[in-house]
Amino acid sequence: MRRGAWFLLGLALLAMEAVAGEARPNADDPVLEARLMGLAADLRCVVCQNESLAESRAPLAQDLREEVRDLMRQGKTDAEVVEYLTLRYGDFVLYRPPFKPETYLLWLGPALFLVIGGLAWVIATRRRRALPATDRLDAEDLRKAAELLRGESK
Amino acid sequence: MIPELGQVALVIALVLALVQGSLPLIGAQRGSATLMAVAGPASYGQLAFVLLAFAALGYAFAVNDFSVKNVAHNSFSELPLAYRLTATWGSHEGSMLLWVVILAAWTSAVTVFGRRLPLAVSARVVGVLGLVSVGFLAFVLFTSNPFVRLFPAPLDGADLNPLLQDAGMILHPPMLYMGYVGFSVAFAFAIAALLGRRLDAAWARWARPWTTAAWVFLTIGIALGSWWAYRELGWGGWWFWDPTENASLMPWLAGTALVHSLAVTEKRGHFVSWTLFLSITVFSFSLLGTFLIRSGVLSSVHAFANDPARGMFILSFLGVVIGGSLLLYAWRFPRVPKVATFGWLSRESLVLGNNVLLIAALGTVMLGTLYPLFLDVLGLGKVSVGPPYFNAVFVPLMAPLLFLMGVGPLARWRETSLPGLAVRLRWAFGVAAALALILPLLYGGLRPMVSLGLFLALWIFASVIIGVSERLKGLGWAVGRLPRGFVGMQLAHTGIAVVVVGITLVSGYESERDVRMDVGEYVDLAGYRFAFRGATAETGPNYVADRGVVEVTRVGGTGPTLTLYPEKRKYNASGMAMTEAALRSGAFGDLYVSLGDYLGGQAWSLRVYYKPFVGWLWAGAFLMALGGALAASDRRYRLAAERAGPRGAPAVGMGAAEAKG
Amino acid sequence: MKRWLPFAAFCVLLVFLYVGLFRDPREVPSPFIGRPAPAFVLPVVERPGATFSPEQARGRSWLLNVWAPWCTTCQKEHLFLMQVAATGVPVYGLNWKDQDREATAMLARMGNPYVLNADDRDGRVGIDWGVTGVPETFVIDAEGIIRMKHSGPINERIWKRKFLPLLQAIDS
Repeated sequence: MRRGAWFLLGLALLAMEAVAGEARPNADDPVLEARLMGLAADLRCVVCQNESLAESRAPLAQDLREEVRDLMRQGKTDAEVVEYLTLRYGDFVLYRPPFKPETYLLWLGPALFLVIGGLAWVIATRRRRALPATDRLDAEDLRKAAELLRGESK
Repeated sequence: MIPELGQVALVIALVLALVQGSLPLIGAQRGSATLMAVAGPASYGQLAFVLLAFAALGYAFAVNDFSVKNVAHNSFSELPLAYRLTATWGSHEGSMLLWVVILAAWTSAVTVFGRRLPLAVSARVVGVLGLVSVGFLAFVLFTSNPFVRLFPAPLDGADLNPLLQDAGMILHPPMLYMGYVGFSVAFAFAIAALLGRRLDAAWARWARPWTTAAWVFLTIGIALGSWWAYRELGWGGWWFWDPTENASLMPWLAGTALVHSLAVTEKRGHFVSWTLFLSITVFSFSLLGTFLIRSGVLSSVHAFANDPARGMFILSFLGVVIGGSLLLYAWRFPRVPKVATFGWLSRESLVLGNNVLLIAALGTVMLGTLYPLFLDVLGLGKVSVGPPYFNAVFVPLMAPLLFLMGVGPLARWRETSLPGLAVRLRWAFGVAAALALILPLLYGGLRPMVSLGLFLALWIFASVIIGVSERLKGLGWAVGRLPRGFVGMQLAHTGIAVVVVGITLVSGYESERDVRMDVGEYVDLAGYRFAFRGATAETGPNYVADRGVVEVTRVGGTGPTLTLYPEKRKYNASGMAMTEAALRSGAFGDLYVSLGDYLGGQAWSLRVYYKPFVGWLWAGAFLMALGGALAASDRRYRLAAERAGPRGAPAVGMGAAEAKG
Repeated sequence: MKRWLPFAAFCVLLVFLYVGLFRDPREVPSPFIGRPAPAFVLPVVERPGATFSPEQARGRSWLLNVWAPWCTTCQKEHLFLMQVAATGVPVYGLNWKDQDREATAMLARMGNPYVLNADDRDGRVGIDWGVTGVPETFVIDAEGIIRMKHSGPINERIWKRKFLPLLQAIDS
């Protein structure tokens, strides 16, 4: 009896699914939408605190997305879209700042830190290596010996 | 009356903090045991009174006393009691009060566990913590008083920001502050060492468990914050490189460097001045983060309200605390004679490499976070530095660090032979490289970044296995005799590898669909079928919601059906709309559904995501924290404290250096 | 030397943070300053059938005030704009995203300081001008070059500090 009911319910669900079918994408043109979202993730919503154009639900962000969709439909390249936006809102809209004199330090900074740090590493290690060999049998070894005696492993 | 009591309690706490920050320090300088003995009672007293103040604020929230401005702005009569209580630290004022409570708690913990320390050392540490507390108590009382009354009192409150009405927010701030503030203990130990001219391995041994403990809390705090963002912000992101997040990442990076350099200082007596400097740096970044988030100099999603007066106060405090410590550091710059050597390939040198990379990463995060401010101040225009920048520069810094992580723990102190190390790591390299190519092919297609990430994670896993098995062999396979410090380190490293797996796979293979769904329609994603069963209207305690019903089955129809209920809420008091995503976490991936706009009829816009291995991010962070907790509880520290002094380690104090100079 | 380095670096940082404290991180200067005003042709709110384009305002300096009837800050600013208009400075309005068509009624009720209002119903022209919110005011000179942009409402203090000196400099 119960089995029969489940079977009927299953059939009903299956029937519904068969009728309703697969959901349609929200966007009319999913390829263009994917391109828009990819680009918008790197752009700042200018009126939000700190959100990308892709994430924001602010009205201006929706307008701007629509504007970018339009530009893309007209066949504009990503670079042209970005240029259109920077012309109106400045470099502030770009989450990936352009490489130019003002941002040389920003983009080269990490490498600079690495070079400085690497040099410090080389100097520090060389200095330690250059210590006279007599120093090698030092308090450190005595300490280790004492620890071994105590039966405690380091 | 109760809020006024809270205020009085805060004033008394400030007075006690002044006592705690002055008498013990003077006592330590003059060698007066009586004055030094004030440290303990003062710190307990301070803790009691800030707790009283905190309880008073909590009470005002619990009983809906809207005549208190902070309650009126951050609570609401319909808000469930659990969130009313967490709203206590949901605002700027309340969170600063929590900060003060946690600082007092750490101080009392130092007093309790530090009883076996030399009196002058513990008096100085507690004294320095007292001075820090004076600054924060004054900040709370003079610029961010949580007990200010409103007249006339509003009938109801404006409600807690709906984003904060989430389980993740209950524990995230306390854990994060436990971390930030916990580093003040390492800082205080460093300052005490500089003041007392006592810079030896014993100092490092005392400071080490405290530093590790703070690091554990900060790790948990950051992980909880990311988990909260993942669940609450509605699109399943887990890290946004927002200034708030960066403000917590910076002390974490510096703290991780410190945990490692402390190990070398304690065990080998190297890097004393560097470790001291790091101790000051880590806490400085905790303070800097507080300034960045609370002053409004940067624009961030989570920023508290702009207030130049508060900014000015914290900035002055920053200047005094950090500037003062750096001056003291320069003045008493420890010239420690180099007592022992180490070679290019030694654990010392590899830890130094770890520190170089971590500090470079720290510098990078700081540069990216502050660059817009720098350019603006110099009048060179406004720029934004966001995720694309950080992702681009961070990976090249992290990759070598992770590689080193596989080598470092296997290297011996002083000198390791390269051929020997290569033989021990041979199979690890081979297996990691082979699997890094094969697994992506089996899973979802070959991608360079995925292979790189997997290689590094597997490399660390393999190195952990080698390290543990070699150590066990030496102990005759007696698992119980593995020192906790060793197990903790390997566990924390394993945790990092687990996090790397999570980041790699979710970034590489995440998939999503943005669809318009009518009742009965379905969408297939990553082998799952999501069928929409309609939406119902629901009433929550302080909101109304549309609740979607989405049934998930395996494509092909086998296996159980899972029902997810994504919501779109509208909060009664603020009118704010919130997307409450529904998710099902699994070991190998999360199903994540969020309800979008109503499209007429019975149709809704829905976003469904499949996020493979995303849970590994938080599981890995938990392993890291667990490892840290184990390491901090190693019995060596208790033994060391009992012996109350350096145990045979070379006491390379300032005295020796000065005698030379 | 080396030991003083961290302290020195910190002092530099402190100066930056101090100056930064008095800056608004979100006040973005318009990239249009010094450039020709973007062209548009829009219907005029006050005269059905007529259109306005910035070309028509050439010959002397003028203000373009971007506003909307649904914006409460703009209504406060409105009173001050009446005073500005009374001094003879030509103020043109850009009625931004007025979907509910309330501008005419509001101007009738509160007075009309504008020479005319261009009707930017879908907000497209606003985007073209880099408008991020209302109210915003542009100063355009006789040659049609944008000389300044002010975000937020204008009041007496801001008018005397930012607008008057600039207008006097342009016109002389």
